[in-house]
Amino acid sequence: MRASARSSGGDGMSLVNFAAREITCKIVYYGPGRSGKTTNLQYVFGRVPESRRGRMVSLATHTDRTLFFDFLPLDLGSISGFATKFQLYTVPGQSYYASTRKLVLQGADGVVFVADSQARRLDDNLESLQDMQTNLLAQGVDVRQLPVVFQYNKQDLPGDLILSAPELDDALNFRAVPTFPADALHGGGVFETLKGISELVLRRLAAGGPPE
Amino acid sequence: MTPPLNPYFRFDTLVVGAANRLAVTAARAVAETPGAVYNPLFLYARPGLGKTHLLMAIGHAARAIDPSLGVEYLTLDHFIESFHAAIGSGQGEAYRKRFLDVAVLLVDDVQFLTGQRETQAELLRIVDAMQTASRQIVLASDRPPAEIEALDERLIRRFAGGLVIDIAAPDYETKVAILRRKAEERRATFDAGVLEAVAKLPIDNVRELVGGLNRLVAHQAAGEAVSAEQVAVLLGGRAGPDGSRREADRRTGGQADSDSGVPAEFADAGESSSSDRLPAGPPVRPPADEFGDFLSEISATLSQQIETWRGKVAAAILRWGGEGYRTARLELLLEGELTREPDEALREFEADILRLDALRTEAEKVAPALAGSPVFRDPGDVGAAEALLEQAKDGTDPPPAPSTLWRLDALVDAAANRVAVQSAHAVVAQPGQKYNPLVLVGGSGVGKTHLLHGIGNALVAGGLRAVACLAAEEFTGGLIEAIDRDAVAQWRKRYRRADALLVDDVHLVAEKSRSQDELFLLFNQFLESGRQMVFTTAVPLPQLAGVEPRLLTRLEGGLVVDLPPPDREIRQRVTDQLLSEKLEQPDPELAAYLAGRPADSVRAVHGLIQRVLSAAEAQQVKPTVAFARSTLEGTPTRPARRPAPRSSGLVAPGVGGVKSREKMVWDWPDIADRLIEEWR
Repeated sequence: MRASARSSGGDGMSLVNFAAREITCKIVYYGPGRSGKTTNLQYVFGRVPESRRGRMVSLATHTDRTLFFDFLPLDLGSISGFATKFQLYTVPGQSYYASTRKLVLQGADGVVFVADSQARRLDDNLESLQDMQTNLLAQGVDVRQLPVVFQYNKQDLPGDLILSAPELDDALNFRAVPTFPADALHGGGVFETLKGISELVLRRLAAGGPPE
Repeated sequence: MTPPLNPYFRFDTLVVGAANRLAVTAARAVAETPGAVYNPLFLYARPGLGKTHLLMAIGHAARAIDPSLGVEYLTLDHFIESFHAAIGSGQGEAYRKRFLDVAVLLVDDVQFLTGQRETQAELLRIVDAMQTASRQIVLASDRPPAEIEALDERLIRRFAGGLVIDIAAPDYETKVAILRRKAEERRATFDAGVLEAVAKLPIDNVRELVGGLNRLVAHQAAGEAVSAEQVAVLLGGRAGPDGSRREADRRTGGQADSDSGVPAEFADAGESSSSDRLPAGPPVRPPADEFGDFLSEISATLSQQIETWRGKVAAAILRWGGEGYRTARLELLLEGELTREPDEALREFEADILRLDALRTEAEKVAPALAGSPVFRDPGDVGAAEALLEQAKDGTDPPPAPSTLWRLDALVDAAANRVAVQSAHAVVAQPGQKYNPLVLVGGSGVGKTHLLHGIGNALVAGGLRAVACLAAEEFTGGLIEAIDRDAVAQWRKRYRRADALLVDDVHLVAEKSRSQDELFLLFNQFLESGRQMVFTTAVPLPQLAGVEPRLLTRLEGGLVVDLPPPDREIRQRVTDQLLSEKLEQPDPELAAYLAGRPADSVRAVHGLIQRVLSAAEAQQVKPTVAFARSTLEGTPTRPARRPAPRSSGLVAPGVGGVKSREKMVWDWPDIADRLIEEWR
């Protein structure tokens, strides 16, 4: 896992290693089981030139659910003299993998909360969101200080099965973080979400350090 | 002959949107300060997205700022052609050199470097030469350097060392802006929604977009107004004049448009944004190069952040440097390309400055003279400032030391001053034991101060750690200052810790009772502890009024020696010494003449010699007796001329009293010359 380069306080500054001139962003996709976190990563994997991506590590069960976590390293090359790398992780959504989720969440620079837009999964979304906040808090991270975006996935499903973005906003997004409707299976909104969270994380770099 | 810059391709004719904002910003920066910011600047974009426009805009802008600037635009084809021609005619070297006169070199279509090994090597040389000479090179290609086949790794590294930036396809809003501007230029007006409908077509090549617009302009010119609904029909499937539309389709995964010619995701005419609900139904067709888009946005954001950092550090350097602090630490950070966390470094720097300020304020209270010390302006060494303050607080900052300019062995030892010099040597040999105090009495310029500091230096050389050597005025001044800031105890401590006390012009403590008190106390302590004291006075002790008898008697209790005005021997020795220092082969006659001149102090002898030597140097002649005489006494004048012929009949009072001929101007320039001079 990661060295203790970043503090547990959600301090975005430590994602830059000035001595090695390296920027490493750890982004964790969080959300209830089957909401499409792995699908997001798979889509990104498919669109990234081979030279830029590392091996995607997926530890899945025989029913194809994420058992441990998915890990996709992306090498964005040298940007303004900094070797820039992104590491995308997903957590296993199923509730019984709580300890793995905590472990993966450790040292995250940003979190994408992938919500399942289906109306019947609303409670799962809420439960997962609370779980995320609890886990972050346990690591001493204030969720208000950590870059977080929401992705409302499966918006391509028939309208009578899903909640609209404003409805999901009302139910989940009480902190008014940026949201992205998506259809991860076909790629809609996947890169928009990744861009959204990356911008939030990177903008914290020169923002003058962690808020006191 | 290189192609001229297209006058239309300027920054003000370029529509800036999210897709090209970063590239335009970088291009402007390069045009404003060629060679200083991003060098080389490498722009890449698919055809028709404005690379050439941007390249030429840089050329125009750079020329607008400095018309004398050499700007050259050339395509790689042209470069290869002319290079081959030059090599063929044996002018290879001249070809290379001509780029050294170019301040901004703009090279287009660099993708054609593929397989051109010689050209690559030549370009590498030119890039290196231009970078070394801080001349700007901007290159444009349809793909990033790493994707140009068989491109020399060194060139890739050079490009990456500057700024490699891409121009993405314009977004909807930018496309509308481009279409509006083009329509305006063509003086064409369209119904509401027409241009918006064109912008919604999946054409991401500006050239094709303008081609489509041209078709609509032509259609309208034929007499029929085009409606928004007709746009898709008129341009559907044939948006590009060269069929590149099909190429675009291939890139996006070959998902064909619907029969109507309107692509599926645009069937819904409503304005869509990322926060809107995705349309239900068929899958959304993603843009052509999602990762490329992502990368370019991330690059832009990151570059902004890095620039923000650099800006912060640069601003801090300006600010603190302007306030007189040493900013070497921050400069190192900028030069080292931010090798550590800049915000943290700035915070530390500012904390150090605050600490320095606090130390300085404290130092001002303890010893005002210390506050001006440069150590309080160097955040790089706060420790030194702390140590200095600590010393001052303890009174352990060393007392004023003797000036190293004056050495005892440089003093002329002659019969007249032998007693004084030998006493000085005795004091140095046995400080505090033989003659304590030693009091040197003599008029101005006879060498008292020299002797005093000479003794001080000899004592230091003999192993005494702290020799206090100062003028009585300085002693009094320091005391007043200490009284003022209520720090007399520290002031006293400073002198009491000294191993020897040497006070120049002690007669100046007359009428200063507090100084006398302090001196008296010090005197006793030094005497009791067997530490050497030396005093000089210009007034013989018996004639010294205004000094308390208890101090006066103590001074008289030591060895009082006179330093008489220099006699002929001293003058001769001083003159010999000085002339041998200044001249390679001093003329003995000159030395004898100078030593024979009347002088009541050694300082006056020095003055005479200096005068002669400066005059000789100014006139570039060798100093001889005759020259010295004419300099010091004036040109011998004919007795007949003196003084009657020029007399006005008035006798100036006091002239008769001037004994020295050299004080008088005997030969006045011609009156007519003087008048003309004054008239001017």
